[in-house]
Amino acid sequence: MKNKLEVVPFKGTPEQRAELDAVLAEYKSVPGALVQVLKQAQEIYGYLPLEVQEIVAEGLDIPLEEVYGVVSFYALFSIAPKGQYRISVCLGTACYVKGSGDIFNKLSEKLGIENGGCTPDGKFSLEACRCVGACGLAPVMMVNDDVYGRLVPSDIDDILAKY
Amino acid sequence: MYRSHVLVCGGTGCTSSGSQQVINTLEAEIKKNGLEEEIKVIRTGCFGLCAVGPIMIVYPEGSFYSRVSADDIPEIVTEHLLKGRPVKRLLYEETVDGDNIKSLNHTNFYFKQNRVALRNCGVINPENIDEYIAYNGYEALGKCLTEYTPDEVIQIVLDSGLRGRGGAGFPTGLKWKFASGNRGQVQKYVCCNADEGDPGAFMDRSVLEGDPHSVLEAMAIAGYAIGANQGYIYVRAEYPIAVARLEIAIKQAREYGLLGKNIFGTDFSFDIELRLGAGAFVCGEETALMTSIEGKRGEPRPRPPFPAVKGLFGQPTILNNVETYANIPQIILKGAAWFAGMGTEKSKGTKVFALGGKIHNVGLVEVPMGTTLREVVEEIGGGVPNGKKFKAAQTGGPSGGCIPAHLIDTPLDYESMAAIGSIVGSGGLIVMDEDNCMVDIAKFFLEFTMDESCGKCTPCRIGTKRLYELLDKITKGQGTMEDLDKMEELCNYIKANSLCGLGQTAPNPVLSTLRYFRDEYIAHVQDKTCPAGVCKDLLSYEIIADKCKGCTACARNCPVSAISGKVKEAHVIDKTKCIKCGACVEKCKFGAIIKK
Repeated sequence: MKNKLEVVPFKGTPEQRAELDAVLAEYKSVPGALVQVLKQAQEIYGYLPLEVQEIVAEGLDIPLEEVYGVVSFYALFSIAPKGQYRISVCLGTACYVKGSGDIFNKLSEKLGIENGGCTPDGKFSLEACRCVGACGLAPVMMVNDDVYGRLVPSDIDDILAKY
Repeated sequence: MYRSHVLVCGGTGCTSSGSQQVINTLEAEIKKNGLEEEIKVIRTGCFGLCAVGPIMIVYPEGSFYSRVSADDIPEIVTEHLLKGRPVKRLLYEETVDGDNIKSLNHTNFYFKQNRVALRNCGVINPENIDEYIAYNGYEALGKCLTEYTPDEVIQIVLDSGLRGRGGAGFPTGLKWKFASGNRGQVQKYVCCNADEGDPGAFMDRSVLEGDPHSVLEAMAIAGYAIGANQGYIYVRAEYPIAVARLEIAIKQAREYGLLGKNIFGTDFSFDIELRLGAGAFVCGEETALMTSIEGKRGEPRPRPPFPAVKGLFGQPTILNNVETYANIPQIILKGAAWFAGMGTEKSKGTKVFALGGKIHNVGLVEVPMGTTLREVVEEIGGGVPNGKKFKAAQTGGPSGGCIPAHLIDTPLDYESMAAIGSIVGSGGLIVMDEDNCMVDIAKFFLEFTMDESCGKCTPCRIGTKRLYELLDKITKGQGTMEDLDKMEELCNYIKANSLCGLGQTAPNPVLSTLRYFRDEYIAHVQDKTCPAGVCKDLLSYEIIADKCKGCTACARNCPVSAISGKVKEAHVIDKTKCIKCGACVEKCKFGAIIKK
């Protein structure tokens, strides 16, 4: 699974910027607060494009390279925007042995996107995740907060049609 | 006083299958029937039997309802809660024996279990500190602070024989002892590893969701023992319910003066903060976890110095896993001898396993160390479903190995597992049947470790990638016999030279499948077949002419029109067009399509 990232122009608003500046002011003198700040920045913008990383780097007076290092290290942070409906398929071991790999491939084929990608209309994004903790329902996928369990590939069409 | 208590599981598994709707409907129906003064609904932590969730128990009878849906609730309320007649049809089938209703503890799933770390899960409301206190909560902390010296506390933990439940199995008391020097003179920290990254394991999450105070209490005890006044819990952000309950628990403990300054009127002060993990498997490694708490890339560093000397922010630190902590209060209250009385000679106490995969009773089980795999899989787990054969159990996740069917009588303890090339690990136990390909499983784990390798050291960063490529080659039918030897050599190299536990254990899934399922590898390499029928490139689909009724369902559903044939006549698959998606097998009602 390769990560294919779409290039979407950055559309930050002045309100978002003000919100981020407030966060930066709060944490400026706290040592080791970078992860905390990036988490909040991602809540504000929905993702962490280079433009946002630059603001954070400047605000905390940390080299951009270090900020990027942390962003790219943790799975929680995303450099690409997410779709309106975020689909995550559990590829934890319990789901995998029950066939979640097939579920993922079917979704990837249906939506025409790969892991970490987003459909051009911004509706769906697809990602593989590690164990959502509903192993009793394996294989499991989530669309935003809705959990779908005990799936077979032929369920996919009906689920996508709901959105 | 309530005449009846209804306990509904609010763990992640049951919440995913709709337990919150069950609770909402239940409360509404109870109100409608004017029973709110008589019946209390409690949202508890995990009961363990996730496979039949959402789960609900009505006390004092102890009636165990399984797979409850909100639609069933009006009937349960009017029949059972109002008229006192349990709705047998909805009870967990194993508890119904003719007219008798068995207690939960007598079902196969619970009978052999011994719940120590999970003792309060599914029993108390985790969001209410009073319920924890009613079950002797914080008594152990009080006892330590007022009756024992810090060294005595460490001695009790040492005598109990408790070993780290996160995977490595290092004696907990020894870890505490190493960090106990210079009490009161240097800043020290107590950390809790709640970054349960092993895919398919959910022991720690269930403890945090079902009994968060037991972890807080144990951390305070550890703080007293080594002389630390600050604790950190590093918990996965992917566990929202656990995070929320920990926040509530910390707040309540502070309000009751059980965390904070001068606990129990002594001069011992201790507080705990949460740190959310941002999703990196390597952060389960102790030095990486501490770097991550400091807000950096969670990369491990060489040891020594060990964290007991130089840990978080460069200060002496102890780090234990959630399940390890959950055992501590009981050890203090019931004594080291009680704990050491369970388990085997070198592996004391109980262990929680997350039972998953191809097994009837998917869920959480806690058994004495040394219980055999057979007892767990066949008796507690209810065996492999759909009449399939048990092929192997995988333990320890990406760091572990597999146990083949002929070793099913192996006891689950640290020594016996190590002897057969696997590990107890954190407790993930995934059962596989004949439909699972062991080469594919090894590849699955390598893809995981390759992805999660932090990249700091070369053997792990590049070694796991090369290993993955070799496995990929084999699953595509392009492998050679030399590749198998090359893989073994590479495995040993990665094991010996990687910086941290992630790399050192990454080759285990490959080594153990090579050891027990070498013939399956050889089938992929020499015969270019996948015996389990999983590896797509080695499969071909065929229609058995005798069984085919010519219903055309397969041809209509084939996405690439590779199937042809006349109505009511046997169809054929054009293998050059077939993309092996399996859609035809799913649609065939007559079992006429086989893959081989």
